[in-house]
Amino acid sequence: MKRILMFGWELPPFNSGGLGVACYGLARALVRTGFDIVFVLPRKVDVDPSFMDMRFAASELARENQSVSVRSIETLLTPYITSEQFSMMKQSDTTQLYQQTLHEEVMAYAQKAGEIAAQEQCDFIYAHDWLSFPAGLAAKEVTGKPLIAQVHATEYDRGAGGADERIVKVEKQGLEQADHIIAVSKYTKSVIMDRYGIEDDKIDVVYNGVDREDFVKAPRSSRLLRGARKQGKKVVLFVGRLTAQKGFEYFLEAAAKALAHNPDLLFVVAGSGELEAPMMHRAAELKIADKVLFMGFVRGKELQEAYGAADLFVMPSVSEPFGITTLEAMLHGTPVIVSRQSGVAEVAEHTLKVDFWDTEDLAHKMLAVVENEALQKQLRRNGAREVRQLTWKESAKQCAWVFDNRFTS
Amino acid sequence: MSTICFYFQVHQPRRIKDYRVSDIGEDHGYFNEKKKNDRNNKFILERVSRKCYLPTNKLFLKLLKKHPEMKISFSLSGIFLEQIEDDFPEVVKSFQDLVKTGRVEILSETYYHSLAFLYDQKEFERQVEMHRKKVWDLFGVVPQVFRNTELIYSNDLGRKIDAMGFKGILAEGADHILRGQSPHQLYRPVDSKNVKLLLKSYKLSDDIAFRFSEQAWEEHPLSTEKFVSWTRDVPSDGIINLFMDYETFGEHQWEDSGIFEFLEDLPRAFLKDKKNTFMTPSEVVDSFEAKEQIDAPQYFSWADEDRDLSAWLSNDLQKEAAQKLYDLGKDVLKIGDPEIIEDWRRLQTSDHFYYMCTKWHADGDVHKYFSPYETPYDAFIVFINVLNDLKLRVEAHKNK
Repeated sequence: MKRILMFGWELPPFNSGGLGVACYGLARALVRTGFDIVFVLPRKVDVDPSFMDMRFAASELARENQSVSVRSIETLLTPYITSEQFSMMKQSDTTQLYQQTLHEEVMAYAQKAGEIAAQEQCDFIYAHDWLSFPAGLAAKEVTGKPLIAQVHATEYDRGAGGADERIVKVEKQGLEQADHIIAVSKYTKSVIMDRYGIEDDKIDVVYNGVDREDFVKAPRSSRLLRGARKQGKKVVLFVGRLTAQKGFEYFLEAAAKALAHNPDLLFVVAGSGELEAPMMHRAAELKIADKVLFMGFVRGKELQEAYGAADLFVMPSVSEPFGITTLEAMLHGTPVIVSRQSGVAEVAEHTLKVDFWDTEDLAHKMLAVVENEALQKQLRRNGAREVRQLTWKESAKQCAWVFDNRFTS
Repeated sequence: MSTICFYFQVHQPRRIKDYRVSDIGEDHGYFNEKKKNDRNNKFILERVSRKCYLPTNKLFLKLLKKHPEMKISFSLSGIFLEQIEDDFPEVVKSFQDLVKTGRVEILSETYYHSLAFLYDQKEFERQVEMHRKKVWDLFGVVPQVFRNTELIYSNDLGRKIDAMGFKGILAEGADHILRGQSPHQLYRPVDSKNVKLLLKSYKLSDDIAFRFSEQAWEEHPLSTEKFVSWTRDVPSDGIINLFMDYETFGEHQWEDSGIFEFLEDLPRAFLKDKKNTFMTPSEVVDSFEAKEQIDAPQYFSWADEDRDLSAWLSNDLQKEAAQKLYDLGKDVLKIGDPEIIEDWRRLQTSDHFYYMCTKWHADGDVHKYFSPYETPYDAFIVFINVLNDLKLRVEAHKNK
C-alpha cells in the first residue's frame, strides 16, 4: 500500500471555503482507492477523520516558538487572503505585523514539515496550494521523495486584478520544484502554463467531485425561504465569499436587470467577505436592497437548506479554478448558471453558461430559468443525474493514474 | 444485378439568433443574426455552398455526363430553397442544371422541413402544397415521391400520402420495422392503394455518410472497390437505397478525407458489373413490385440510435416548445398576417427541436455537433422568447 504524506491548510468543519472541502473529499476517496494518508495541518484543530492519521504542525510550533501567537493568526490567515487585503494591510502600520506573520507562519510550517517528514514513512508527498508548497518542498528535501503539488487556485485567481508578488513567488517556486502538478481544471492548467511558465506535460487535470454522503437527505428549507416561496417569490442563490474574484457585483447588476422584468424575485446571498458592506450599499443604490438577502457565512445544514430552497443557483465568478458549490447545488437538484471563466463549466454540461461581465445575458438566463417550469425541471433532473458521475471517487481514480504514470516513486 | 437509388437531403434551417428576454416586444427579426457565428444563416449557407453544394453539384453534373446510367434524386426543403434564392443564385442555378439533365428527380416534402404531420394534418398538407409550388417555380417539375422530415414514418403517414396521390414514399430501413426482412425490396404501406415504400439501406448509407472518415473504423479507408464488393452481397434484383444528407460531401466528411474522389469513382466501380444500374425513386417504384407489407403503428425515423421521434420530442423542453407553437396555430392562421404566419412556420422547422435534445452518450455528441447553441437549454430559451414575442404580435392583432 502506497503511503502519502499530504500537506494541507484547512479541513472542514474548520474551513473558510472550498479548499478544505476539496482536501477532505479527495483524501477520503484516495484512502478508499487504496492509499494510506498522513494529513498534516499547520494548526491544531478538532478534526479526527477515522480514515487517516492527522499531524498538526502548529501545536508543536506554538510550543517551541512563543513569538507566534497562533490564536490571533487563525482568524486572519485564511487560504483566501487576497492581494487587496494585502494592500490594505500594507497601508497600516499595525497590520504590517500580520503580513509578516503570514509568511512567517508559512515558513514555520515548512520548517516543521521537514521534521514531521523525517518521522513519517511515505512513498511520496502531496501539497495543496501555495500555503502548503514550502512545507511540501521541505518534506521533499528531507525525504528525497517526489512531490506532487495540487493547484486549487492561484494568486491570479484570488487577486482578480492584482496579484501579490510574494505569493506568486512562493507558488512559482513550488510549481517549478514539484515533480508533478495536478490542476483542478483545464482553465487552471492554462493559468499555470501562461503565468508560471510550467511546461504542458508536467501538469495533469483532475476535476473536483462531490459526495452525496456528505449531505443530509432532503433538507427542509428555512422558514424564511419557505415563506418567500409561498408568496410566489422565486429564489436565486449566490454562495461564496464576497470578494472581487467571486463576481458578486455582476450578480447584483444582473439582479437589478432581472427585477426590472420580474419583481417577484428574491436574491439570497450566502457568504461574507471584504465586499459585504460595499455590496449592501450597491444594492441600495440599485434600489433593490429589499430584494437582496444577505445571510452571512453559512455552512452545513443551513447551507443545504438554502440550496434546497433555491429555484436557481448562480456562480458568476471572475476567475474560478473549479467551483465546488456548483456541484453541491446540482446535487440538491437546483438549476445552475455558471460563468465560463470557471473550471466547473468544463465538466458540468447540464448548466447554463455566461461570461461574468455580461450581466445582460445573466439576467436573461436567470429570467428564463425562474419563469419556465419545463426548463427548470429539465435542468434539475439532468443536473442531478450528471453530478452523480462527478464524484471524489472518480477524482481519486484519476489521481492514482497520475501517480502510476507520471513519475516513479 | 442490383440497383442503386440515391437520395440526398438538402436542407438548412433558419436558426434563431441570440434572442433575449429584453428583445421580446421590441425585435421581430428572429433569424437575422449579424455576428459571424453558427447562428448566422447566411454565413453558414455561404460556407456549406462553398464546401459542399457547389463542388458536389459540379461533380454530379460531370458524372451524369460521363455515365448515361447515372441517376440521383434530391429532396430540397423550401426553407433552404428560399435562402439560396435570396443570397446564392449560383447555387440555385447549379441545382437547376442538374434537374435539366432529366436524370435528377426532386422529391416532395414539407416546405418548412417540419413535424407538422405529428401536430396538425391540415398544416401538413398546406406545407406539402407550398413545397410543390416552390419546386415547380424553380425546376418546372412536379414531385411524385414523398419523403417526410427526417424520414419520420408510420402507417398513418403512409395512408395520408397514398390519399394525397403520391406513388412512393421513403423511410428508414430500421431493424425493428423490418424484423429480418430485406431493405432491398419495395414494400406496401398498410391500407395503401398505390403508394410504395422505399426503405433506406442504412448500413451501406451510413458507411458513406457517417463512417467514411472515421479512423477507428476497421474498414477505414473505404475504397470504391470495397464498397462495391459489399453491394454484391445484396440479393439479385435488389434495390440499394443510399439515402443521406447531401452535406455528407465536403461538410460532414471533409474534402481531405477523400470523399469527393470516392464519389467520383463510385459509378465506374459499380457499373463495371454491366448488369448494375442506377434509378431514381420514381423509376424504382415503376420498375419493381411491392410484394410485402410494412406495418408500422409507431413512428420511426432515420435519427439517432433509437430511430424514433426522440431526437425532436423526447424531453419536456421539446414537447413544451412544440405544443406551444402548434397551439398558437389557430390564432395565427385566423389573423392571416403573412409575416406572422411565415415566422410561425419558420419556427416549425424540426432543427429547432433537435437542438433542444438532452440525450446522453454518442447521440448527445451528434446533436452537439449540429447545434449552433452552447447547450440544449439555450436553444430552448431563445425559442421560447421568440414564441412569446410572436404571441404578443398575435394578441396585438386580435385587439385591433
